[in-house]
Amino acid sequence: MARIGVFICHCGENIGATVDCTKVAETCGKIPGVVHSVDYKYMCSDPGQNMIKDAIREKKLNGVVVAACSPRMHEPTFRRAAAEAGLNPFLCEMANLREHCSWVHEKGDTTTDKAIDLVRILVEKVKRNKPLLPIKVPVTKTALVLGGGIAGIQASLDIANAGHKVILVEREPSIGGHMSQLSETFPTLDCSQCILTPRMVEVAQHPNITLYTYSELESLEGFIGNFKVKIRKKSRSLDEKLCTGCGLCTTKCPNKRIPNEFDAGLGMRPAIYVPFPQAVPNKPVIDKVNCTYYTKGKCKLCEKICPRNAIRYDQPDEIVEAEVGGIVIATGFDVLNSDFFPEYGYGKYKDVVNGFQFERLASASGPTLGEMKRPSDGKTPETVVFIACAGSRDPAKGIEYCSKICCMYTAKHAMLYRHKVHHGKAYVFYMDIRAGGKMYEEFVRRAIEEDGVNYVRGRVSRIYEKNGKLIVMGADTLLGAQPVEIEADMVVLATAGVANDGAEELAQKLHVSYDAYKFFTEAHPKLRPVETNTAGIFLAGACQAPKDIPESVAQASGAASKVAGLFSQDELTREPLIAVVNRTAPPQYSTCVGCFLCQTSCPYQAIEKEEIRTKDGKLIKTVAKVNPGLCQGCGTCVALCRSKSIDIEGYTHNQVYAEVMALLNRSEDNVNI
Amino acid sequence: MSIGFYPGCSLKGSAPEYTESLLAVAEKAGIELREVPDWNCCGATAAHNLNHELSLALPARILASAEKAWMKELLVPCAACYSRLCVTAAELKENPELRKKIAGVIEMELECSTKILNIIEFLDRWVLNSEEMKIRAPFNHKVACYYGCLLVRPPKILNFDRAEDPMTMDKLMSRIGAEPIDWAFKTECCGAGFSVSRTDLVAKLSGKILEDAEDRGAEAVIVACPMCHSNLDMRRAQINKQAGRKFSLPAIYITQAVGSALGIPDKKLGMKRHFVPVKLSMTKKKNAPAKAAVPAAQTAEKQMEA
Amino acid sequence: MSVENHSHHGPEALSDKIYAEAGVNTAKCYQCGKCSAGCPLAEDMDFPPSVIMRLLQTGLPKNEEKALESYSIWLCLACETCYARCPMEIDIPKVADCLRHESLRRKKANPKSKDIISFHRAFLDSIKYTGRLYEMGLIVDYKARSRHLIQDVNLAPGMYLKGKLHIIPERIKHLGLMKKIFSKTLESKEKSR
Repeated sequence: MARIGVFICHCGENIGATVDCTKVAETCGKIPGVVHSVDYKYMCSDPGQNMIKDAIREKKLNGVVVAACSPRMHEPTFRRAAAEAGLNPFLCEMANLREHCSWVHEKGDTTTDKAIDLVRILVEKVKRNKPLLPIKVPVTKTALVLGGGIAGIQASLDIANAGHKVILVEREPSIGGHMSQLSETFPTLDCSQCILTPRMVEVAQHPNITLYTYSELESLEGFIGNFKVKIRKKSRSLDEKLCTGCGLCTTKCPNKRIPNEFDAGLGMRPAIYVPFPQAVPNKPVIDKVNCTYYTKGKCKLCEKICPRNAIRYDQPDEIVEAEVGGIVIATGFDVLNSDFFPEYGYGKYKDVVNGFQFERLASASGPTLGEMKRPSDGKTPETVVFIACAGSRDPAKGIEYCSKICCMYTAKHAMLYRHKVHHGKAYVFYMDIRAGGKMYEEFVRRAIEEDGVNYVRGRVSRIYEKNGKLIVMGADTLLGAQPVEIEADMVVLATAGVANDGAEELAQKLHVSYDAYKFFTEAHPKLRPVETNTAGIFLAGACQAPKDIPESVAQASGAASKVAGLFSQDELTREPLIAVVNRTAPPQYSTCVGCFLCQTSCPYQAIEKEEIRTKDGKLIKTVAKVNPGLCQGCGTCVALCRSKSIDIEGYTHNQVYAEVMALLNRSEDNVNI
Repeated sequence: MSIGFYPGCSLKGSAPEYTESLLAVAEKAGIELREVPDWNCCGATAAHNLNHELSLALPARILASAEKAWMKELLVPCAACYSRLCVTAAELKENPELRKKIAGVIEMELECSTKILNIIEFLDRWVLNSEEMKIRAPFNHKVACYYGCLLVRPPKILNFDRAEDPMTMDKLMSRIGAEPIDWAFKTECCGAGFSVSRTDLVAKLSGKILEDAEDRGAEAVIVACPMCHSNLDMRRAQINKQAGRKFSLPAIYITQAVGSALGIPDKKLGMKRHFVPVKLSMTKKKNAPAKAAVPAAQTAEKQMEA
Repeated sequence: MSVENHSHHGPEALSDKIYAEAGVNTAKCYQCGKCSAGCPLAEDMDFPPSVIMRLLQTGLPKNEEKALESYSIWLCLACETCYARCPMEIDIPKVADCLRHESLRRKKANPKSKDIISFHRAFLDSIKYTGRLYEMGLIVDYKARSRHLIQDVNLAPGMYLKGKLHIIPERIKHLGLMKKIFSKTLESKEKSR
C-alpha cells in the first residue's frame, strides 16, 4: 500500500510568487496514495528537513516527493534527510517546480495546474520506486598530474607529501614550464629560476613521485577512483640509465642553428639539446625534425662522442600503462606572438617582441646573458615602448577577455629595462591598470614613481619601421586623445594569454569541458574552481584561465587537497541508478537474446558478455551483463534493446510509463488517474 | 568577352589617362567594356556626408541600371566609386525594408545581385590570366604600391585584401616584372576630398606618402584611384612647397603600368597627361623575349617567404 | 562647479538616436584612443574621434552640442582607418555621418567648416542638374559660395591642356529622376525640423 508524503516548497519567492503552493499541497493531498501533503517556505532548511523526517516516522511513509528546485541542487540533501529518518534514499524523488515551472512561466492558474501535474507524475513514479543500495568501488591511491609547470609541480608535491603516489607527465624535455623562462617575478622581483629550481629538484627526488618528461597522455579510460591511463614516453634517442647528463654531445653537435623554444625563438640550440642548464632531468633529447642523422642519414657525432655510449637512434616511443584514482590537469597556457597583429607589422619587425621574448632578453641565462640588446642588431635600445592589452579585451581580434597578468608583467618589464639601461626611456601604453593582488598596486606605483616609467593612457594604432627605428603611433586619452608618436628602438607587446597548443585534443581525451577559447571549464565558476564536471579530474593553474604564479600555486594546492580527499576513502560510493539486464527463472534465465547491440552502443564500454552454463559447464546462452562500476546510467542501451531486457534502476520502463500515463489521464479535478 | 563597366565622373572628367590606359589594356586583352546605360554620379563623399538616403539612392540607381542591362559583373576602376557601390550594396542587401524604400526613391527594381570588381581584381583575373597577354617590356622599376583607403576598408564589407599591409597590388606589379617595395604608407589617406576646400591638409598627408616612398627608393607610386592620383600628382607643387622638399617621383595608374608592360605605346596610355613628368626609362626592349605574365601562384609563394 | 548627472539619458539623447538609426552602440566604446591614435587628421581636430564618442556617451545635451558644433566631424576624411582598427568594431565613420546630418538639420555646423560644406553642396548641385560631376560647374558654384575667387586659377590652363577640364557638361537622360531623388532625400530631410 502506497503511503506517499508530498512536500511543496515555496523556495522563498522563487516558486511561491508564481505558483500557488498551498493549492498544490491541498490538491495533491487528494491523490490516491498520498497520506501527507504540506507546503513550506524553505524545504531545504533545517526545519524543512525536519518536517520531512518527522512525517516519515510519524506517518510511516514509504515514499517521499519533494516539489522544489532542481534535483541538481538538493536531491542529495533530501535523500540524506530521508535516509536519516530510516527511509531508503532512493524512495525520495524531487519534482522541479522552479526551473521547470515557476522560472519559465507567468503567475496564473495554468502555472499552478502545471505544478500540480509535475507533482502528480512524480507521485506515480515514486509508488513504483524500489529501495536501492549504493555501489561501492575501490579507489586507486595514485594520482596523475598532467603538466610540469609550477602548478603541476606544486600539486605533485602536495599530493606526494600527503603520502600518495604521483605520476607527473610533462611533454617538454624538462619540467619547469613558463616560470622557468621568466627572468624575475612580480611583485617581489625574485629571480624566477632561483625559487623554482629547488621545487623542481624536490619533484625529481621525491620518493612518491614518478616523473615522465618528454611524455604525453596517450589515452584515458575508466572513471573516478579507477582510471586506466596510457602514457607515451617519446623517444629521447638515448638510454636514460646510462646517460650522466655530462652534456658533451650538445657541445659537439654540428647542427647548432635551430631556434631555441626555451628562448622563445631568440636564441639557438643544437639538434641534441638540453632545454636549459637547470633542466630536470638534465638529460638531452634529440630533435628528430632537425637532426642531420634523422633527416639525411649522416653525422652520428653524438653517438661517437658519448663516453657512456648512451645514444640510441633506433629507440622507439614507449607506452607506459598505469592505474590512477585522480587526475590533475595543469597543462598551462601560451601567449600570442607578434605575428598575430596586422597593425604592428604581422611579425616582420624583429624588434617587436612579446612578453616571453622580453623575459629571455632580460634573463641572465638568456641569449644576451641579461644585457638589454635588441634582437635585430644587438644594439642597446635607448627607447622602449611597452604596449598593454595586445590582443586581450579585443573583440575585433576574437579575444574578449582580459589576460589578467599583463598589467603586472608590463610594469615589471619596464622596471627591469630601466634597471638595466639607466638612461633609457620606457613608455607604457595602457587602457587600465589591473593590479589587484597583494602588494601589486604598490609594485605598479613603484614603476611610475621611482623607476621613471612613462605611463600613457591610450592604445597604439600602428607601428611601422623607418631607418632602424620603430615608429609607434599612439594617443594620450587623458589629454583629449592627443596623438603621441614615439620613435622606439624596441617594442614589447603584452600579448594575450591563450590556451596551450593541444588543449582541445587533451580535453576530448579526458572528456572534460572546455570553453570557446579552449580553456578548461571549472565545475562552478565561483564555488568549484578546481574541479571539472568530470568526476575525479581536477584543474590547476593557467590551463583554466590566465593567472599569475600565486594563484596557480594556490589552485594547485586546492586541487591536491581534492585528490587527497578522494584518496582518504578506501572505497567510493556510486549512485545505483545504472542499467541492469534482467534475469528470470530457468529455462529462460533472461529475456536477453544475446544480440549485444547494447554492448556496441555503450559509450562507457560498460557491458560485458556473461555465459550462463549448467552445473557441468555446458553453455546455455550468452547474455549481456552490465558492469556496475562503469555504467553511467545514460540509457542508450535501454533505448536500443529490442527485447526490453535491460532497464535502468530508478528509471524503469514501468516508472516512466506511469509518469506519462498520469500526465495523459488527467481528470477534472486534476487528481484522479 | 565583355564586362559591365562603371567609369564614374573622374574617368570621364579629370582622369582621362586612367580611362585611356584602361581601354587600351582591355582592347589588347580582347575585353569589351560595356558602360552602364545612363549612369549617374555615385555621390562620392559629398552625398554620404550630407544625407543618408541620397548616399544610398545614387549608387542604387547605378546598380539597378547595371542589373537592368543584364550585367553580372561590374568593373569599377575608381576606388571611391567602388567603395560607395560596395557599401550601398551591402547595406541594402542586409536590410530588405530599406532596399524597398530606396527602390521606390529611384523608381527602379533593385536586387543588389551584381558582383562589383575593382581594378586590381579585373587586371588580375581578366587581363593577366589570359595566355595571349605577353609581357613585352617588363616594368622593372622599384615601385611603391599605394592602395589608399577605400580599396581595403572597411575590410568586412569589401572582403578584398587585408586592411594592413595589403599585397594584391604588389603581387600584380610583381607579375609584370616590377619590384614592389615594402613601405609604411600603403593605406594611409592622401587627403581625399579636401583637394579644393583644404588643400593644405592634402599637401600634408600626400607629402607624408611621397616622403616615405621616395626615402625607401621607389621610382614611382602606383595608384588605383583618380582622387589619390590627383592629390599626389596635380597638387605636387603645393606638396613640395609645404614639405620644403622637391619630390620627383611620378604617380602612375596601375593600368598605365600594366599597359606599358604589355607593350602599349606611352601615348595610348596617356602618360603625358600627368603634372609630374613620368621620367622612368620606359623604353620597350623590342627584341626582349615576350613571355606570359608570372603566374599568380608563384608570386604568392615569393611574398610568403618575404 | 555644478554636479553632473551622467546616469539619465533622455529619450532624445543623440546616442540613442544614433543607435536607432544607424545601429551603432556608443556604449561599447571603452575610450582606448586607438581611433584617435590612427586618425590622419587628429592633430588638426578640435575633438579627436574618441573624444567625440565620449561626448556622446555622457548623454548630456551640452556635450552633444559640442559634438555637433565641432570642426572634427567636417574634417573627417571618411578614410575608415578608425573603424578598421577599433577593437570594439564600432562603426565610427557611420557615427560621424549621423553627426554631420544632425548638425546640418539643427543648423549647428561649425563656422570653420563653411568651405568644406560649400564644396559638398556644390558637388551635389552638379549631380542634381547634370546627373554627373561637371567640374567647371562645380568650381564656379564653389567659388560663388566660398568667395575664393582666384583659388587654383593657376591650375586651370594645365588641366585644360592635359584634357582634364571639359567646358561642356555631360548630361544624363533621366534628369527629371535626379531632381526627384534629391527632393525625396536631401531636400526633404533639411526642410523637416
